[in-house]
Amino acid sequence: MAEVTLIEAIRQAMDEELACDPRVFVVGEDVGPRGGVFRATQGLYEKYGADRIIDTPLAELSIVAVGIGSALADLRPVCEIQFADFIFPAFNQIVSEAARMYYRTNGSWCVPMVIRAPYGGGIGGGLYHSQSVEAYFAHVPGLKIVVPSTPYDAKGLLKSAIRDPNPVIMFEPKKGYRAIKGDVPEGEYTVPIGPARIAREGRDVSVFAYGMMVHYTVEAANKLAADVIDTEVIDLRTLLPVDKAAILESIKKTGKALIVHEDTRTMGYGAEVAAVLADEGFEFLDAPVRRLTGLDVPGVPFSHPMQDYFMPNPDKIAAAIRELARY
Amino acid sequence: MQIEPITHRNTQLSQQTLLEMYWHMQLSRRLDERAWAIHRQGRIAFHISAIGHEAAQVAAAYAIHRGVDFVAPYYRDLTLMLALGMSPVDFLMSLFGKRDEIGSGGRQMPSHFNNRALNVVSTSAVVATQVPQAAGLAFAIQYKQRCGLVDPNDTTQPRLALTCLGEGSTSQGEWHEGMNWAGVHKLPFICLVQNNVYAISMRVDQQMAVRNVADRAPAYGVHGITVDGTDVLAMYDAMSEAVQRAYRGEGATLVEAKCYRITPHSSDDDDRTYRSREEVEQAKTRDPLLRFRQFLLQESILTDSSFQEYDERAKAIVEQAQIDAEAAPYPDAADAAGAVYKSN
Repeated sequence: MAEVTLIEAIRQAMDEELACDPRVFVVGEDVGPRGGVFRATQGLYEKYGADRIIDTPLAELSIVAVGIGSALADLRPVCEIQFADFIFPAFNQIVSEAARMYYRTNGSWCVPMVIRAPYGGGIGGGLYHSQSVEAYFAHVPGLKIVVPSTPYDAKGLLKSAIRDPNPVIMFEPKKGYRAIKGDVPEGEYTVPIGPARIAREGRDVSVFAYGMMVHYTVEAANKLAADVIDTEVIDLRTLLPVDKAAILESIKKTGKALIVHEDTRTMGYGAEVAAVLADEGFEFLDAPVRRLTGLDVPGVPFSHPMQDYFMPNPDKIAAAIRELARY
Repeated sequence: MQIEPITHRNTQLSQQTLLEMYWHMQLSRRLDERAWAIHRQGRIAFHISAIGHEAAQVAAAYAIHRGVDFVAPYYRDLTLMLALGMSPVDFLMSLFGKRDEIGSGGRQMPSHFNNRALNVVSTSAVVATQVPQAAGLAFAIQYKQRCGLVDPNDTTQPRLALTCLGEGSTSQGEWHEGMNWAGVHKLPFICLVQNNVYAISMRVDQQMAVRNVADRAPAYGVHGITVDGTDVLAMYDAMSEAVQRAYRGEGATLVEAKCYRITPHSSDDDDRTYRSREEVEQAKTRDPLLRFRQFLLQESILTDSSFQEYDERAKAIVEQAQIDAEAAPYPDAADAAGAVYKSN
């Protein structure tokens, strides 16, 4: 075991898949000699060359569309969208094309493509370098959506995504790229797309979170242990397909549910988790399902006081858990 | 009606090939007309026509390595698809939404072509989405050759990607991004724009300020050529040149086929609201099928009575295909829920 950062784990996953499958290539803006603006592809250009680490024109739509075309031709593109905020020019190709290809061809063509996109706020990025965009895509059957919170999961999920015959989007919590460290085994392993994981076991309240919010929630839960509130934290990891079983398993134990995400509230991913709880977990609930989310404003504001007001943080999460525990 | 003669002569096509090409155009026309007829009878919900486009499409099919090179078509490519190997019954199955429709099992509207066996990739209705995807197909060809995954001289493998669209679709950003990729990476890529003057009701001068779509080619660093898209011989030569350029690694070509949409946009359109009958009648003097027929007669490649035989045969095939397609089963309703994800 070696302790690595989140970004290093992501880089290792690409490196290993590039090494073992000649059909795998990396495509995106500044991914070549520059090594990516976040350094996710650092060293890959030197190792695999310009034929497999492809710098593209500054145009997200065609990064994805070229990925789709090459996936149809049985390559395994790993597309980098520099910031999740810039994925919308490619929205049509992802939603109308990649997600529908298998269904609309009755299974005769598939799109084994990965899209990686750094997302999330709290980094002074303002409206266009801070967004959480997962809910738009989690609404689309045909896509798979993963959001790792640990280096172990980031590497294992990305390797699974690259080997998956379907289009997979991995949203990466960029605030944690260097801040989050964790053990990653030396040898080959993968993390399956689908199952959530228990990040912290508890009996009193269940908190459902993903990405950076898992770390904030665990921090809040550890503080609350002193108040004798025993919080369970579920790291959803895969947003699509939804791991209903894990959600229901936890609520059976605690009877109280809080959902935390930094995306805005209305029609956010938490609404689906709440719907699963209302529909299939109703008999286990001892309190209303609560959500702690980003504000319903059009984007994360730049200036620090306003940004901090927008973002969930460990203190806000702790307050929400405490209130729910008291219900 | 005086049919404008074909003037282009510089082609290497054998008489046999010319007759095959004519046959596909004739079959396409009869099939297309049947689709309009059964729509008027209320038997099908939708048809979108290739009438007026047959020469450009059959020439494209015959210029590439049919069934091997990648094709990302658009909804007006009925003749192209027939010439590549789609059967009339495949098309009629799509009109009726039948279970065994080859492209989508009845999920897609008619003319949203797909045929894996022919290396024809699936097309959507969002126009021009196929263009950057086709650049991706061409990129994959180049990638596999460079990385030693295929031999560049292996003619059993795709060696180029052809995509088609109308002139209206070139207003989309998707077209621009696809063309740009093709130019930057010098891809084995052919973009065939079938400029039929209208995008539903919008005339070409409402789409662009330049005279020809192909005038934009130099901006992408690709070769561009504007061709009379109703002259099958001129189209074949232009397409062949583009194919050779792609095979030789000399990069992409934008071929603009100037033709005319003789029918309304689709069965849901009424073109009397935006163009005169005189204009349409005038355009019929350049009907690609009639021009080719006149050429074959003048060159004594076929006689009047042989044309009659071709026509009878085409009508009989279409008739039988319709009978077979109507008799074929619909999908099970619950098939709507199936095949969203491919299993690992």
